[in-house]
Amino acid sequence: MTDYQPFLITFRLALITTAILFIVAIPLAYWLAHSRSKFKSVIETLVSMPLVLPPSVLGFYFLIAFGPSHGLGQFIEHYFNTRLVFSFGGLVVASVIYSLPFMVHPIQAGLAGLSPNLKDASLSLGKSKTDTLLKVLLPSIKPSLLTGLVLTFAHTVGEFGVVLMIGGNIPGQTRVASIAIYDEVEAMNYHSANIYAGILFAVTFIILLTVYFVNHRYAITKNL
Amino acid sequence: MISFSISKVLHTVQGKALLDVMCDIQPGELVGLYGASGAGKTTILRMLAGLLLPDNGRISVGGDTWLDTTAGTNVAPQKRSAGFVFQDYALFPNMTVKGNLAYALQKGQPPAIVDELMDIMELRQLSGRYPETLSGGQKQRVALARALVRQPKLLLLDEPLSALDNELRYRLQGHILQAHKRYGLTTILVSHDVPELFRMAGRILVLEQGKIVKHGTPPEVFFNELAGGAFQLVGDVVDVNTESKLVAVLVYGNVVKVKVAETEQYKQGDKVLVYSDTFAIKKMA
Repeated sequence: MTDYQPFLITFRLALITTAILFIVAIPLAYWLAHSRSKFKSVIETLVSMPLVLPPSVLGFYFLIAFGPSHGLGQFIEHYFNTRLVFSFGGLVVASVIYSLPFMVHPIQAGLAGLSPNLKDASLSLGKSKTDTLLKVLLPSIKPSLLTGLVLTFAHTVGEFGVVLMIGGNIPGQTRVASIAIYDEVEAMNYHSANIYAGILFAVTFIILLTVYFVNHRYAITKNL
Repeated sequence: MISFSISKVLHTVQGKALLDVMCDIQPGELVGLYGASGAGKTTILRMLAGLLLPDNGRISVGGDTWLDTTAGTNVAPQKRSAGFVFQDYALFPNMTVKGNLAYALQKGQPPAIVDELMDIMELRQLSGRYPETLSGGQKQRVALARALVRQPKLLLLDEPLSALDNELRYRLQGHILQAHKRYGLTTILVSHDVPELFRMAGRILVLEQGKIVKHGTPPEVFFNELAGGAFQLVGDVVDVNTESKLVAVLVYGNVVKVKVAETEQYKQGDKVLVYSDTFAIKKMA
């Protein structure tokens, strides 16, 4: 009997991470697309770090930082009464940071690709910056938003190293699908591993296919 | 009256350059801003609209102070009653033609102005279309209509017709003039098209390297000494034939060949005035 709980945890984690990142990434991407601050390069580098850093490195630092023997972990435990290591909450925090570039980059590129006059036109029509962002800029980069959402979701589904480091492998709490596969293979349980792997493969394929399909259609209708 | 005196150090390809201009404009005037690219024409419009902050200066429009750097006053672009038509039109791609106009409505403003402008600019047929499906001339009309929804005191036009062919240009100039008169606007038109400025502007400011070097009516500005003549046309030299001493001038889509004494002083691209002192008439058969 195949246990589907790892999938529930995986998709719950991916959904929550994607939702949080969508809200966090929009202001960050907006700032990166328009700022001329000298700190911009530093922030851009930090955002992109998860792309190149081995997940185990990131996971290791999270483990240290959120552990109950260190300042941040103690602080969170004392004030929020929660422990982020080996818990679902910790997985969410780690995933948000780990998948940050996958949400920020497409939105930043989308915003930077718009004519700066769009923003100025909206301002000169008496609209606030928030109105301009919500009613003009974001609706004009729908394909970028979709790409960001889907890449983040898919990337979180595929997470392994970071999850293993900070979440461990607690069934029903932090045991996500990718780890379940690893577990089953180690236990020589190839049949279950096959089912898990097959489902992940199919889901990821369908998600990405949908993005490309929708974006192509968008491009075609735009050029009518 | 609109009066401004603004300066800003610009970082251009050739290095730093100082933009320093002052001007008074009477209500209802249509002023042309003429100059080579990079002279600072767009920068001036952007500073007037509040999209760019001058280093120093003062802008007052009909008694309201929009900017006074010594007093620390800087009215946000949203609060300045200025309509801006951008060179690339900057139509919102996610909204229909009507949506673009409706977006410009201010809180509590009656929406009737949208329909009125759709009629004046002949946009009724295009109401539900999206900007990417429009031609250049149609986009220009939408941009102009959108800028007028707010009924601004000041209309700023940044080379709005530069991407259009001559015939369309001529028609759209008519639209702009019509709106300018109907709504009693004060308009600043950036253009490097001399015939266009002749037709539209009552007064012209010539900008060179960040300074206003000349101003006056179009003939005063473009011709050192006015040629006496019964008719005058402004055109571009398109060809100079040194052998036959003929200069070909393009005047609103027609090529006129003019015999000259010396061809040396003319070259392709020169702005010239074609004029005639006397006419001859002939009875048609």
